[in-house]
Amino acid sequence: MRLEPIANPSLARSTLPPALAIAATVVISSLLAMLAGANPFGVLGLILKGAAGSQFAVLETLNRATPLIFTGLAVAVAFRARLWNIGAEAQLYAGALLTVVLGTGALPWSAGALLPVLVLTSMLAGAVVLLVPALLKVRFGVDEVVTTLLFNFIFLLFISLLLEGPLKDPMGMGWPKSERLIAEARLPRIVEGLRLHWGFGLALIAAGLVWIVERRTTLGYEMRAVGLNREAARFAGIPVNMVLIKTALLSGGLAALAGFSEVAGLKGSLTLDLSPGFGYTGIIVAMLALLNPLGVVAAALFVAGIFVGADSMSRAVGVPTYLADIMLATALLLMVLAILLTRFRVVRE
Amino acid sequence: MDILDILLSASFWAAAIRIASPLIFATLGELICERAGVLNLGIEGIMVAGAFAGWMAVYSGLGLWPGVAVAMVVGMGFGAVHSLLTVPFGLSQHVVGLGVTLLATSSTYYAYRLALPEVTSPPKITAFQPWEIPVLSDIPLIGPALFSQTPLTYLAFILVAVVSLVLYRTPLGLALRAAGENPAAVAAQGLSVTGLRMGAVIVGSGLMAVGGAFLTMSAFDSFFFEMVNGRGWICIALVVFGAWKPGKALLGAVLFAAFDALQIRVQQTPLGADIPYQIFLMTPYVLSILALIVMSRRAEVPAALMVPFNKGER
Repeated sequence: MRLEPIANPSLARSTLPPALAIAATVVISSLLAMLAGANPFGVLGLILKGAAGSQFAVLETLNRATPLIFTGLAVAVAFRARLWNIGAEAQLYAGALLTVVLGTGALPWSAGALLPVLVLTSMLAGAVVLLVPALLKVRFGVDEVVTTLLFNFIFLLFISLLLEGPLKDPMGMGWPKSERLIAEARLPRIVEGLRLHWGFGLALIAAGLVWIVERRTTLGYEMRAVGLNREAARFAGIPVNMVLIKTALLSGGLAALAGFSEVAGLKGSLTLDLSPGFGYTGIIVAMLALLNPLGVVAAALFVAGIFVGADSMSRAVGVPTYLADIMLATALLLMVLAILLTRFRVVRE
Repeated sequence: MDILDILLSASFWAAAIRIASPLIFATLGELICERAGVLNLGIEGIMVAGAFAGWMAVYSGLGLWPGVAVAMVVGMGFGAVHSLLTVPFGLSQHVVGLGVTLLATSSTYYAYRLALPEVTSPPKITAFQPWEIPVLSDIPLIGPALFSQTPLTYLAFILVAVVSLVLYRTPLGLALRAAGENPAAVAAQGLSVTGLRMGAVIVGSGLMAVGGAFLTMSAFDSFFFEMVNGRGWICIALVVFGAWKPGKALLGAVLFAAFDALQIRVQQTPLGADIPYQIFLMTPYVLSILALIVMSRRAEVPAALMVPFNKGER
């Protein structure tokens, strides 16, 4: 078999494969839930209800989507320039780290002065964490996939070291957790009384800004050119290495905001289980969004909905929560295939 | 205990060879994939799946060797998914690989919870026991290190020779390497690039799963979450370190394992007691990155690695 591009895809061609991918994901997950003894026809309904069936559920989904928007943007920006940042997890923790270092009393300022400083320093920390693999890539040709992956392990151990040493909360009953943020360092709620913090607002703003950078600035143009064809970009006079470095700084900064927003908006302190893999899930979010910054918001809501919905479903009918991860992996693999099939047809030899 | 004493003790080298064994299987598996032109980031998840499948098979009553076979078949299954998406469809090897890792890991954890819903600590199996090779195992230092290991370790070393032989001394190996260097030339010879690459990924994934199974069936006797813990990613670094050559990859794996065994022992010395344990746990990952920095410039990457091949294109 081989693939042949389709010049003018019909409406059916461009909508059917993605629809089938989603349908297949639902069928596979329902069958797996049946293995666990649940009624396969009730699974989808329970997930939808758990994700959006009540005000509490919706707010929970929005809260869960917030870090995923940041990590999704981080991955989308990097992948657009074909910089394979698989280290959003480490950059997230770098942002969280700076938030607790400066936000637990070191800077006794008002919220209006403190929060912008925390945003900027978190971003800087995340940027530096990705700068190292990016420099290794452009200077020594070291593949960034492996270095960013390995950095995740190194950085988490580093955080663990700090949480059991200098950052340990003396009142923490021996648990490895940091002190709590001062009130001025906490992100306020968007609407008083509703459990949704301004991290979500910040995520939407970030998505808009990234969209503007990608579509309306020289850097955005250069990033896309470098991603499409590195050699051609170099030939056209684009400073490829510099663009990769700038992309890395932007990507690392965005991922770090996930850590900032989780600590300042939700948790209030840093622990080792701050992120259940938001950095890795950001890759799924970015791919489902076709690397489009605005699409990242929609994809993050979808992915967060699956997590929150599957959590609630598994509590209701006793299906292991890992079903949510299986659903996402299946959706990701089938969706990248489906998107290919909207543009190519398979020809038999 | 002095560091020199550690380095001269047989138990240290025995541990190094034991730690190296799963890495050798998985590194060989990744090497076969990459030599054919496909980066397989499914490695981490496939190792998790292999670790569980082999152990679960033995726990359910199968023998140890059939258990290894089960692990291998499960790994090949995930390899089939990976290769179908990346080879004929030419999808991004990064995205598919990470997707396969997530799929393999989450379905393994799901299966574990379904099979053992109530347990707090996983049950144990009777794992592979060391085979003392007559005469050779009596040699001081080398004997206990190399010739009193479990059969899977011997298999790992034999496989290095076999893979080397096949890659460099057979028409199949030549075709496989050519698929990773110049697929158009392979196609011009009337051979199927798709077939070669898919075969390489499926077989390579099977070896990765056996590497995972080593953990639950030879190094330990039980399955834990997080037990693979980045070993797959380290194997990808080892392939680069070994310059895509089986012999050098073996050397890299043993060297790496020796450092790992050393850090465990230094941790228990008075000197090590003053250093936070996280520093020791970091060293394998830091070493991998350092190895990459040193080797990346010199390494000859397969020219068509990560380049999909579509026969229609010229």
